[in-house]
Formats: sequence, C-alpha cells, structure tokens
Amino acid sequence: MENSSPIKEIYSSAGDISLQRPLFLSGVSAGFPSPADDYLDRKLDLNEHLVKNPAATYFVRVAGDSMTGAGINDNDILVVDRSLEPSSSNIVIAIVNGELTVKRLIKTRNSCRLIAENPDYPPLEINEDTPLEIWGVATYAIHTL
Amino acid sequence: MKQFYGEKTFGLIDCNNFYVSCERLFRPDLANKPVVVLSNNDGCIIARSNEVKKLGISMGAPYFKHKALIRKYNVTVFSSNYPLYGDISQRVMDVLMQMEPEVEVYSIDEAFITFPKGKYLDLENYAGFLKNTVQRDTGIPVSIGFGPTKTLAKIATWFAKKKSSTDSTFVMNDQHHLETLLAGVDVSDIWGIGRRYADRLKKQGVHTALALIQCNDTWIKKQLTIAGLRTVMELRGIPCISLEKAPPVKKSIGTSRSFGQPVHALSALQEAVATYTTQAAFKLRSRGLKASIIHVFIRTNSFRKEQAQYCNSKTLTLSESSSHTATLIKAALTSLKAIYQPGYHYQKAGILLSGLVPENYEQLHLFNAPDPSSISLMEAVDTINKRWGRDTIQSGAVGLIRDWCHRQLEKSPAYTTRWSELPIVKAAPPETFSVA
Repeated sequence: MENSSPIKEIYSSAGDISLQRPLFLSGVSAGFPSPADDYLDRKLDLNEHLVKNPAATYFVRVAGDSMTGAGINDNDILVVDRSLEPSSSNIVIAIVNGELTVKRLIKTRNSCRLIAENPDYPPLEINEDTPLEIWGVATYAIHTL
Repeated sequence: MKQFYGEKTFGLIDCNNFYVSCERLFRPDLANKPVVVLSNNDGCIIARSNEVKKLGISMGAPYFKHKALIRKYNVTVFSSNYPLYGDISQRVMDVLMQMEPEVEVYSIDEAFITFPKGKYLDLENYAGFLKNTVQRDTGIPVSIGFGPTKTLAKIATWFAKKKSSTDSTFVMNDQHHLETLLAGVDVSDIWGIGRRYADRLKKQGVHTALALIQCNDTWIKKQLTIAGLRTVMELRGIPCISLEKAPPVKKSIGTSRSFGQPVHALSALQEAVATYTTQAAFKLRSRGLKASIIHVFIRTNSFRKEQAQYCNSKTLTLSESSSHTATLIKAALTSLKAIYQPGYHYQKAGILLSGLVPENYEQLHLFNAPDPSSISLMEAVDTINKRWGRDTIQSGAVGLIRDWCHRQLEKSPAYTTRWSELPIVKAAPPETFSVA
C-alpha cells in the first residue's frame, strides 16, 4: 500500500461495523502523530438517528405510488414509531378496510382526512362510517437512490 | 378502606391471547375474527382468540379434532412463529422496564412488577396508564392486576380478564373486599396450586380461595407442604414470594421436536440431532455455560399402535465440559449411532445437555489444554448468526435439505426480524378505499 494516506485509512475501517475500534486519523507511519488523535469522537450509528424508541419502532415496506409527492416511493422502507401521538400533517400508517395504509393525516377543528400525496388519488374523509385507527406515525423513509 | 400492611404493591402484566395478538398486529383484517395458533409441527391449538374460546375449542386441543369446526366458522389458522413472538415479547418487556425499575419477566407473555406502597396515589389510574402505554407502543393488548402479594396480583389479573366491567385492569388494595373476592375464586385457579393439590382440597370440601385461607395452618402444611402454606399466606395478603429479577440457574438445556413425517434413515436422524445440538449449544453459550453430559433420545410414534415401536436413549459424559458446537455434535452423533435401529418409523428425536458449569470454570486437565481458537470460532459464528439471521453459518452435519423438518404450513412472515419479510403498507389506488 502507498504510505500514509489518511483518507484510505478511513475507508478501510468504516465498513467494519463489528469491530468497535476508534478511528485514528493518522496513517501508519513512523513520523509525528496526528494532532487530531487527541480529539477522537465516537462513531455515528444510524440507528440512533432513525430510531428514537426501539421498543415502539417497526419497519414496514411500501407497496404503491400514492405517496410519491411526500418522497415515499414504491418499495421504500418506512420507520414507524407507535409511541408518537399522531398530529395533523404527519405521515401515518392507518388501518383502512382492514389494511395497513400509508397516508398523510390532516386534522381540522371538525374534520379529519387521510390524503394521498399524488394528484391522481382523492382524499379519504373520516367520519362515523369510516372509523379511523392510526397504527403508527412514520418518521423516516429509506429508499435506494 | 383498610389497606394491607405489606410495604409493597405487586403487579402482573399479562398479554391477552399473546400469540394471536402478535399475528393480528400485522393483519388488522383479523380484528374480531376467530384466530388460532398451532404448536410446533401443527399438532395442537396453543393460542385462541376470544371468538374461538366461545366456540368451545379448548387450550391444547389436537388440531385435527377441530378441523371441521375451524372450517365451518372460517377460523384463520397460523403455525407458531416464535421469532415473531420472541421479538414482540422483548418489546413488551422493554416498555415495562422503561417505566418500572423492578420487572420480573415471568414467561413469554407475563411480567411481574413491584413498587413501594404509596408510590402511586391512584392505582386504578396507574394500571390504566401502564396498559395503554404497552398497547400503544407495542400494539399488544394486556391485562393488569395489582395486589399486595404476587399471588393476589395474579388473581387480580384473572379478575381483570374475566369481568367485563374492569376494562382489563383490576386492583386489590382493600382488605375489606378480600374475602368477597376470594369467595369467587376456585382453588384450581390459584397460582401455585397444581391440579393434584386442587383435587385433594376439593375432596375435603375446600373449594374456594376463601375457604382455603380460613383453614388452619398446620392442616394446610400437611395437605399442601410448606410451599402451599406460603401460597395461602400470600392469599391472606402477607408477601412471601419476592420478585426474581435474574432467572433461576438452569440445570439442563434441551431441544426436541417431532418430525413433519416419519423418518427412517440414520442420515436424516443425524441431521435432526445435529440441528438440535446446534440450537442447544447456542443457548448454552448465550447463557455463559458449558455442558459435560449429553443425552440423546429417539422414539417412534406411540399413538400408532399398529406400527413397531422403539424408543431408546444414551447418555455420554464428556471428558471435558464444552460449549463448542462441533464437539457436542460429535458426542451426540456417537450416541445416536449406538441407539439407532433400522426398520422403524421414527417420529421424534431430542438432545439434553446437563452437568452445566459457568464457562470460566476450568477443570484442570492433564492432557488437553482448552483451545482458545475454538472459543473465538464460536463467538464469531454466534455474531454472524445474530447479525445475518439464524442458520447463516452452521455445521455441515445439520444438512441442507432437511426433509425431516417439522411441518409448519401456515406460518406468517418473520415481520420484525427479516428485511425480506417486512409488513406491507399500501400506498394504493382509491378503489380499495370504498367505504365498507
């Protein structure tokens, strides 16, 4: 290997999740240690960022394109936190006709609607005939670019 | 109101029809519809929704006996999906532990908690809060009972489930009401009193929990031993059983299962025994233990009277205790070879590991020093299987096809433990939204 390219060192360690070694920024060399070694920080864990309450968080997969306007595509994975109180404009997983469905929740003083984020699909008005049960609040969408 | 004089309040949190609730969590179409879950090998009914209980199908009933009824009432049937139930159980326990510092996980679907008396002013209100939080966070409905002892908390949960007016929670904190409540409890429904003891009490005219607490202590001890007397003290409101936060040390670890179809060949039995040994060895390591005795058994189906019957077992003591999968498989297969007889329809095999010692317990051995590389090998295998799913890496002896594997025709996806089997949410065209 070519000697002492610090960037190479970052790439080779970062893929290795199971080894919890701190990341030294200096390359392997007999010279002076990097001044950054005194300022080592912990590694970033995506779970920590995406999952605030692990016991209440489920992952679900999206089937369909009615939410593309909200940045949710077919086959995306949604992070769903059941512990959150659903409020207006949240993306929610709702139970509609016995199926888990992803919609945006719009609450006003005297009405409640589930809307699609795709102009082709009409909103669903909630009243006594269609009781609304919210399964959880979606917090992140994970999709492949 | 007269309070009990114990210093603590105990609570039991019990998941309602747990396996059914796990299946319904990702199948909202099954709400209020009859559902059953079958045991390993689809043999018996081990969980029933309330709708099924009303049909008169009993717990543990053989599936084939009720097939007609199940078809007639359109009951949805699931094979047991333990990866799912285990994951959801862990979530329920985690939510409880977030709220209460003292939690005893009593079984896959029950947990005891305890807190100082007076910590919560309104116990009814707190029970409701706990119940709602568990249900909201995990999606699993629970029943909760509070009482001055573990045994009374268990009875309170029983009331929470039975009485429709209770909203799934029930608090026993008034000594004045104790006798009225216990008069409604059959002795066979008391936690800690087995069926044999219950029958014995009934033969002597003691039918209810109330009648039991009014008996004389010496008589109780004679009838039910000291353990039974402890239960009676608990029924009187005197705490005798504390919370066990660490599970008791296991004396043995075993895996056994019936085959999906009868097995004849030694090779298939070898694969099965190797698989069970792999699973037991993993359990062993995850508890930080090693085993020194390995017991293997095989047997034919004793219900099939027309077939030739055979059943045998062999116990082998290892020269050195081990938790190493390959070592244990080798010992298990040696025993299996010694007891195998050709010409029989084998229905079940199993292994039992005993003589358990902590893994750091090293018996000095004159000839073989333990090989540190075998320990790190097992650690690596366990890490990989935890990360990529069970059976990613395993011994070649377990086989690849496994046609002896037990039958699980109706198993639901591993919704929460496999990326490829996540629950589907619809982002779908409007016609599916027609108002029902």
